[in-house]
Amino acid sequence: MEVSEEEILHIANLARLKLKKEEIPEYIKNLQDILNFANVVNEAPIEGLNTAIGAIDNYNIFRKDEVKIFEDNKALLENAPEQEDNMFKIPKVI
Amino acid sequence: MDITELTVHELQEKLEKKEISITEIVKAYVNRIIEKEPDVKAFVTTLTETALEQATEIEKKVNNGEITSKYAGIPIGIKDNMCTKGIKTTCSSKMLENFIAPYDATVIEKINNENMINLGKLNMDEFAMGASTEYSAFKKTANPWDLNKVPGGSSGGSAAAVAAGLVPWALGSDTGGSIRQPASFCGVVGLKPTYGLVSRYGLVAFASSLDQIGPITKDVRDSAMLLNIIAGHDEKDTTSINVEKKDYTKALKNDVKGLKIGIPKEYFGEGINLEVKQALEQAIEEYKKMGAIVEECSVPIAEYALATYYIIACAEASSNLGRFDGIRYGYRTPNYENLKDIFVNSRTEGFGAEVKRRIILGTYVLSSGYYDAYYKKAQQVRTLVKKEFDKAFEKYDILITPTSPTVAFNIGQRSNNPLEMYLADICTVSVNIAGLPGISIPCGVDSQGMPIGMQIIGKHFDEETILNAAYTYEQKIKFRDKYKPEFKN
Repeated sequence: MEVSEEEILHIANLARLKLKKEEIPEYIKNLQDILNFANVVNEAPIEGLNTAIGAIDNYNIFRKDEVKIFEDNKALLENAPEQEDNMFKIPKVI
Repeated sequence: MDITELTVHELQEKLEKKEISITEIVKAYVNRIIEKEPDVKAFVTTLTETALEQATEIEKKVNNGEITSKYAGIPIGIKDNMCTKGIKTTCSSKMLENFIAPYDATVIEKINNENMINLGKLNMDEFAMGASTEYSAFKKTANPWDLNKVPGGSSGGSAAAVAAGLVPWALGSDTGGSIRQPASFCGVVGLKPTYGLVSRYGLVAFASSLDQIGPITKDVRDSAMLLNIIAGHDEKDTTSINVEKKDYTKALKNDVKGLKIGIPKEYFGEGINLEVKQALEQAIEEYKKMGAIVEECSVPIAEYALATYYIIACAEASSNLGRFDGIRYGYRTPNYENLKDIFVNSRTEGFGAEVKRRIILGTYVLSSGYYDAYYKKAQQVRTLVKKEFDKAFEKYDILITPTSPTVAFNIGQRSNNPLEMYLADICTVSVNIAGLPGISIPCGVDSQGMPIGMQIIGKHFDEETILNAAYTYEQKIKFRDKYKPEFKN
């Protein structure tokens, strides 16, 4: 499995990560190593088997759609790097 | 008598007979932390001061009958990825270095309902990604048996703290072996419950379809007791299962006569250290002597399960860790001009290298063009793994394997080779893939005196059988009477 520099930069961008120029070869090598190993899944006898959704395949777990108020707004907002007037603050987008 | 050497059930007996008091217990632990924590470095946050205040208060309430829980005043340590209201929950990451959860995880609520005392938050690999606790952004925890060696991971702080007597027991979390492997490296007992038995609400998510919280304890009885406290359905976690509440201590019968044990040969082959293998073979002989019916069998999925594990776990991690954007909580970069800069720079500066490696792998296997080749195949292999275990459990009550192919390795030995670190998870990950319960208990030491762990795997929601099998063996070999961590330097 060959991963190109262009490809790893594309993936990093999708993941909203920035790789430094000097880090790129190592990230490529690590990704290639694990992908080469992971290719063993292609040898597994999986023909006709369903794709699992989890450890225990439970679908559609319902509960009553009730509003529960979280009282401690202040504690929530205190974790925000920047806040103003009870709101999260971000740079201007438009 | 050294209080910090006692198990929780021993502490309870002494409390009941009024031989010791809650304050004496907590003081003993606080002193032990002052003495040994500089060597072991198990904690991210210690709560020794508040613990002493709580002890006085709880003791008063127990004495005047206001509190009746038999766990009142028993100290505990918590892995630092479980949300604790008002106390930092860092996941050993720069990203969450200053995060204070505004609510308690369900397991923490349950611990608090019993009036137990939290001694602190325990170190781990960043976001639980790792097998040595070396990937913590803050410190490297040492193995109490030999301070030059890793405690395992990712719940390395929890296992080291229990082994060193810094806490009587602890909670860990296990996504691919993160309770069992450090328990094995530190000579203590680590239980990963069936997926869905314990609520994950308030556990910082790594791979949601694999993560499970469980006890790390000095012995099997304590493990059953802590499981009693934390197990149970929770509406706040849709993957938690509504099963009948049990008293797991009732399963400890000290008898395995007629128990059918399968020994999957795939977990005893190449790559398993010879001394580990020999210790396991001896343990298996003990089971035969105790009247169990032991047979070699085949569960031919070990390698597939490992590959599948890294595909699924990283895919889920890349999605789960998408929430760290520098807006609502967590680290925000000082270097930005626009919103995208905040996302990219906060994540790039806030996450460590291993976390980024896994996010990149996860993003890759989910990306257009590779989804079918990796992620979809992995989910089919997941079905295969479950089927193979189902088949084995038609014939056997439990399966026994090593917990890890080796004993604890030296600090620094593997941290520069991610693939080598991943391959060592071969014995534990398939249990998470299939959602089964697994327990690791010590079964001897190697020629260097380092503990060796044995893994017992059971059927879904059959924690009772693996706990009894572990307990019966433990009563026979009495590991804790023979071996103790020496803090070798």
